[in-house]
Parts: sequence; structure tokens; C-alpha cells
Amino acid sequence: MKNSVLEFLEETAGSYPDRCVYSDPERTYTFSKALRTARAIGSRIGKLQASGRPVAVFMEKSASMAVAILGILYGGCCYCPIDTSMPEQRIRTILSVLDPAAAITEPGSRHLTERIAPACPVWDYDELSETPEDPKLLARIRSGCKETDPLYILFTSGSTGVPKGVMGCHRMIINNLCWLEKEFPYAPEDVLGSQVPFHFVISLHDIFVPLRFGCSTYIIPQDYFSSPARLVNCLNDNHVTSVFWVPSALTVVARLNGFDTQQPRFLRYIFFIGEVMPVKYLNYWRRYLPDVRYVNMYGSTETHVSLFFELVRDFKDHERLPIGHACGNVKALILDDNGRPVPPGEETAGELCIGGAALSLGYYKDQEKTEDRFISLKLSSDVTERFYRTGDIASYAADGNIVYHGRKDFQIKRMGYRIELGEIEAAAALIPGINECVCVYNEERQMILLLYTAAEKLDSKMLSNGISARVPRYMMPNRYIRLEQMPRNANGKIDRRGLKEIYAQAEKSQRS
Amino acid sequence: MDELLEILNDINPDADYETNDHLVDDEILTSFELVMLVTQIRDVFDVSIPSEAIIPENFNSVEAMMRLIGRLKEDE
Repeated sequence: MKNSVLEFLEETAGSYPDRCVYSDPERTYTFSKALRTARAIGSRIGKLQASGRPVAVFMEKSASMAVAILGILYGGCCYCPIDTSMPEQRIRTILSVLDPAAAITEPGSRHLTERIAPACPVWDYDELSETPEDPKLLARIRSGCKETDPLYILFTSGSTGVPKGVMGCHRMIINNLCWLEKEFPYAPEDVLGSQVPFHFVISLHDIFVPLRFGCSTYIIPQDYFSSPARLVNCLNDNHVTSVFWVPSALTVVARLNGFDTQQPRFLRYIFFIGEVMPVKYLNYWRRYLPDVRYVNMYGSTETHVSLFFELVRDFKDHERLPIGHACGNVKALILDDNGRPVPPGEETAGELCIGGAALSLGYYKDQEKTEDRFISLKLSSDVTERFYRTGDIASYAADGNIVYHGRKDFQIKRMGYRIELGEIEAAAALIPGINECVCVYNEERQMILLLYTAAEKLDSKMLSNGISARVPRYMMPNRYIRLEQMPRNANGKIDRRGLKEIYAQAEKSQRS
Repeated sequence: MDELLEILNDINPDADYETNDHLVDDEILTSFELVMLVTQIRDVFDVSIPSEAIIPENFNSVEAMMRLIGRLKEDE
């Protein structure tokens, strides 16, 4: 068993030095060039003697950014991508928790990085990649590597208004790559078409799969997803054979009838993960591309990819896809209301918990939250194992597959982003004039509505400005409604179900 | 024009649709918002929009969208 994902890179670079590993419209890296550049970057970072600490990456998603990530790992650190399109206030909050050992930037984001990065070295990527290699230093760092060393810190929405950093380790990826080799092997000729930003956990697939299999990842420019015909051209021009996308991206293509003139010619794997895939739109893809292998994946930032379900039969438009069963060395169980594991075969719904090799290390610098969500379960008299409570409600279907039913809390998925409605509410509550506020979400229309109480109706633009200073664009409400008072249940708590009805009525009256 | 503005404000109330002519380039309308927009234009204006017509140039401004709708209506 390997201790570091870099061992895959070194083996593969030895076998295929001249094959492409990462490319985008601007740059292409062969395995040997990526290896050389990553070792150069690692030689500078390694001198910080900051093993295990995070390095923040202020770069646009690109082939170079993937190489920067490998360089950080060579330096013994873990990487944290910073989405530079977020409000500065949110980036500052993240950085205050992160306390990075260094930051890597590029000309387009250098001013931002210098303005808001805390006291740490800030390096430009191109300059960093010219660092002379220090083989002794790199060997010393590697000799101390363990599979449980941190690999990434990815920040996700936090219900109290503060994003939380999930710390993943090398073992999660090493295990996942070994499992992929058995279930969905890649060949060196394969090309992955990368869609998600590098601050999504799903991107680990696009970054690390080439290292194991000698294939390559092409970074698809984000604006191609606003133009389905160009997207299909891009997939064909770059011979893309596999995609690992959020369902929203597949849905966009189907809803815009993206295959009406031409279709992708080389695809053989389509993986989707991160939210519920509407079968209606998946069937659009299956109609045009019937020979592709379609796989519904389930995972989270805390557990990477943990369950999977390959479609081997037709599903009707109204059916819901199962999330399937656990990947290799991953454990999945369902806890009933009394905290007892539901035996497979019983259809009782409960909270899905994930354990085994897919587990991350927990929340960065937040022991309390880690202990709340990562729990020890006594599975037999002498076996206690660590599991992550996902907050997802699931049950076993008659055929043994796990089926997802919804959330226990107020987390939503919108355009593939994981959003705690509480974070939006916390941002809105700071706006002068608002007494109380609650968000509700229309899953079908992917719209967020903010309902608030205030002495008088507040200007929508003022509300938008106030909220957008604290939350990213994908979290912004679509509409604001003032209520005389919040509906409450018998316990005096805000009745969110009642609010959903108010929302439904508002929608109805607007459409009629 | 008013119908189109109503659709746009419903999708994203924050933008200044009267003056901005880089709505897609500036990512005010992302791919996900374009889906809603195209679907609603289809329903309200009774036109079908072929995938080759879904390019930033046709959605960067309200005027561009009106021109596209006009062209599609003529073609039909």
C-alpha cells in the first residue's frame, strides 16, 4: 500500500514521461514536466518546514493549478484552493481559520492575495516553478509521509454562517484509485473532461486519476457550459472519454437540447455525483449515447466517493436512482432513530453513516464539530469504528441498494454546490431593519427565497448588496418577501413547512 | 421587452439589465440561469431555440436576446 499519492505520479511519469497529464486551452503538461515542476515547487515550500500545514492556492482553475497542488504535496503540506470570486469577507474568514504556511498566486489574483492573505509568504506560480530542485530535502519530507497525512482542506458552507474546513488525507484517494482500477479502469488513452472547480471535492477525481492510470485531464473552460454546441465540440476536439460532473451540468445540456446537431463521439464513462440526478434528463443522454457506462456516485467532502450505482437497466423519467452500495474498503450503514444499524433487507429509513477508507480526518481546527459528526460506533462487542454522520436520510431497497430520501437538516444542493441555508440567513440577519429571516428552497426551479419580517418592506437591491458582501453568488436568494409575522409551530419555532406553502402560493400567483 | 425583463428579474433580480451588455461574459447569467431563461423564453414567446443559437453573443444583453427572439420568430 502506498503512503502518498505522489508515488503514483512518479511511477506513471517513469512509464509515460511524454504523455499529457493536464491540459487547458493555454498550457499542456506532460508527466515529466508536471513532475519536474511539482518537485521544483515542493523544494521551495519544503524549506518552510511546515509539514502538514495548509498552503492556500489563489489561482484560476487550470492545468498549472493542478501542478501547483502536486507541488504543495511535495513540500509536505496540504492544499486549500481559494475561490477568488467569493466575497472578500468570506475569504478573510476562511483565511483566519486556515492560517496558511504560504500562498501561491498568479498575476490575475496577486493584488487580491497580497491584500487579504495573512502574514505568510506569497509566491507567484511561474516564479515558484523555476525553483532549483532540492532532491535531499524532498527525500527527507517523503520519508516521513504517512497515508493519514492531510492532503486537502476544502471549505464548505457552515450553518452558523462560518464556512467549515474539511481535512482529507492521502488514504482516501489512494483507496479510491485502487477501487477504480477494479470497477472502472482507465487506459492511458483516456481523457477526462474536467467540469467542477478545484474547491469541489469531486475535482480530486480529475486531479489524481491521471497519476494512477497514465491518462490525462482536460480542463473545460467554464463558459462552454453556457453554450452546449461549443461544449460538445470541445469534448470531441479533445477526445474526452470520461466525465465526472455534477448532475446540474448534465442537466444543462439536456434542457438546452445540446445534442440536436451533434453528439460527443468518444465518451465511455459518465459519472455524476453531488446532488440528485433527475432521471428525465439522464434519459436524454442515454437516448443519444446508449453505449456509455453511466454511474450514479454518492459522496461528500467528508468522505469523498463512498457509494456507487451503475445503471444496467432503463429507468423511467419519474423514478429515482438508487445511490447503490459501498465502494471498496468503504462501509455504509443506516442508523435508525434509536441509533441502531438497520439490517440490510429492512426498509426502515434512517441516517446514512459512512466509515472505512473513505473517511476524512475531520474539520480543521474544530474538534467540537468533528466529534459531533464523526462518531464511534460499537459494531460488535469488541469492534468500535469511526463513522461520519452524513445528515442524509436513506433506506435499503429490496435489492439491497441504498436509496436516498432527503436531508435531516436545512442543507441544500444548488447547481452542485452544497449550501447551508443557515449561512444565508446569518448573512441576512446582519442587515439593519431585518427582525427575523428564513430561507426556503424550490428544488425544481433551483431558486432560493428569503422571507423576512421587518417594520417595513426593504429594498431588494439593498438586501442583495448586504447579502452578497458575505456569501458567494451561488448562494444568493432569487426573491425577497416581507411577512407580517413568521408562521410558528406548537413549540414556538418557525414553521418551515408553513413557509414552503407561502412560497408555493407566491409562485402560483406570479405565474397566473 | 417588458416580458423579457420580467423573466430576467425573476431569475436574477440583482442585475442591471437596462445597461449591462456583458451579462453572460460577466457571469451574471451562468449556464444554470441560461437554462431557466431559455426555457421561459421558449414558453412565453413560443419559439424554439436551437443549441447553436445558445452562445454568449445572443444573451449578453436584453437587445441581443430580443434580436434573437425576432430572428427565430421570422424563421418559423
